[in-house]
Amino acid sequence: MSAIELHEFEEEEEELPAWSLPAEAVDRIRVPVTLPEQVTRDWAWGGSTGAGVRVCILDSGIELDHPLVGRVDHSVAVVRDEEGELQVVEDEEGDLCGHGTACAGVVRALAPDVELTSVRVLGAGYTGGGEIMLRGLGWAIEQGFQIVNMSLSTTRTKYVERLHELADHAYFRRVLLVASAHNMPVESFPWRFASVISVGSHEEADPLTFYYNPSPPVEFFGRGLDLDVAWLDGGTLRCTGNSFATPHIAAICALVLGKHPALTPFQLKSVLYQTASNAQGGAV
Amino acid sequence: MSDLEAAVAAGVLGADEAHRSLLQATVEVARAIFGAKAASVFLLDEEAEELVFEAVAGEGEGELIGMRFPAGNGIAGWVLTTRQPLVVDDLTADTRWSRTQAESTGYVPKSMMSVPLLVEERALGVLQVLDRPPESRVRLREIDMLGLFANQAAIALDLLQRARRAREALAGEGRLAPLARVAARLEEGERDAAFELLRAFERVLAESRD
Repeated sequence: MSAIELHEFEEEEEELPAWSLPAEAVDRIRVPVTLPEQVTRDWAWGGSTGAGVRVCILDSGIELDHPLVGRVDHSVAVVRDEEGELQVVEDEEGDLCGHGTACAGVVRALAPDVELTSVRVLGAGYTGGGEIMLRGLGWAIEQGFQIVNMSLSTTRTKYVERLHELADHAYFRRVLLVASAHNMPVESFPWRFASVISVGSHEEADPLTFYYNPSPPVEFFGRGLDLDVAWLDGGTLRCTGNSFATPHIAAICALVLGKHPALTPFQLKSVLYQTASNAQGGAV
Repeated sequence: MSDLEAAVAAGVLGADEAHRSLLQATVEVARAIFGAKAASVFLLDEEAEELVFEAVAGEGEGELIGMRFPAGNGIAGWVLTTRQPLVVDDLTADTRWSRTQAESTGYVPKSMMSVPLLVEERALGVLQVLDRPPESRVRLREIDMLGLFANQAAIALDLLQRARRAREALAGEGRLAPLARVAARLEEGERDAAFELLRAFERVLAESRD
């Protein structure tokens, strides 16, 4: 049986015409990586530490020098200037509520060598606002992070269209958005979009156990119950919720990209499915 | 929805009390199902940026209604702005929790489940369940159940607010007060005639706009 060929594009490759594939261009999309007949976890991320993968935590900031987070390569915040315009500025305040630090700690625990960047869009009083979230997400996509962890969502429909455009833009730019599903049966975004990886919680204790859900909108379930996560002042806090399941999946994606950096979001989602605990390749 | 429609929909008189009973029943059932020491519903007063006790079952029942807290901080503040439920098993370890605030209610809990009350795009308030039995570990199913109670409480709170707005519109200096006063003075037969007149007036207005 022949193995399935997987198309991976080189970064520096010349752009193809937008809507068609001329015969002479076919050679240009031959692929350097071939998926084995059975994608296993060992193939997907065996030996990977996430080195070389840039992960963005779009949240409340990350506490600097937290022992469970370690190095944070860059921290910015989205703030309103005196004219009321949103600006992305260097952030020296760290994390004022703990949520972003928790997410960063989960990613660091599973993918120890990723580069972490913090984009603060939630304030001290947890007030974020859709505009600030949109601006932060837009910035993260422009920066070309391979993975953006979004343990947040908005229920406001007036932001949906712009958010949807950004999510699609990210998908085509190979910026993988890993987004928390809402913990209640309500409509919120961006996790409901098909262009992101949406994450809910399961109840098991193994951080690498994750499930593919054939009945979306929630597509994957990660560890989200009774976690001791990094919190303020170098401490930890026991937490439950999809907010913490999401960075588990983000970290697993980082491990895969550490080993197979050219995977597109579409390909990566397929690999996730094939290595899920309820799929054949998920057997450890 | 116009104020008059809201007034009619809410049934106006007595609706306030009925909706308050529905809210009270919701917190009582939530408390019983979770075996908790207390359950309460807070209404968000957006103008004052405060949370107001609207219904309490268990500890503090009958004493706390109307008591206010700042809405921007603490666990309720987190829940309101993230619009996500939050379960904290050890409140003393959580920097978001304010002991002083808890002490002012006369009961200091050890653990808490909180969930936002969402109607469409609005967050109307927060439902909290305090001190479940120590041996009962939270499972995801319980959080789902909490979400269901929150839906019910949110609907009751929404109705209560509509009834209040309708009553305000119809009472005293409210915009619809003159109409209500006229309607109240009319005898039954005259009332039918008066409403027929109003409907005719409405048709004239509608036709003049066509």
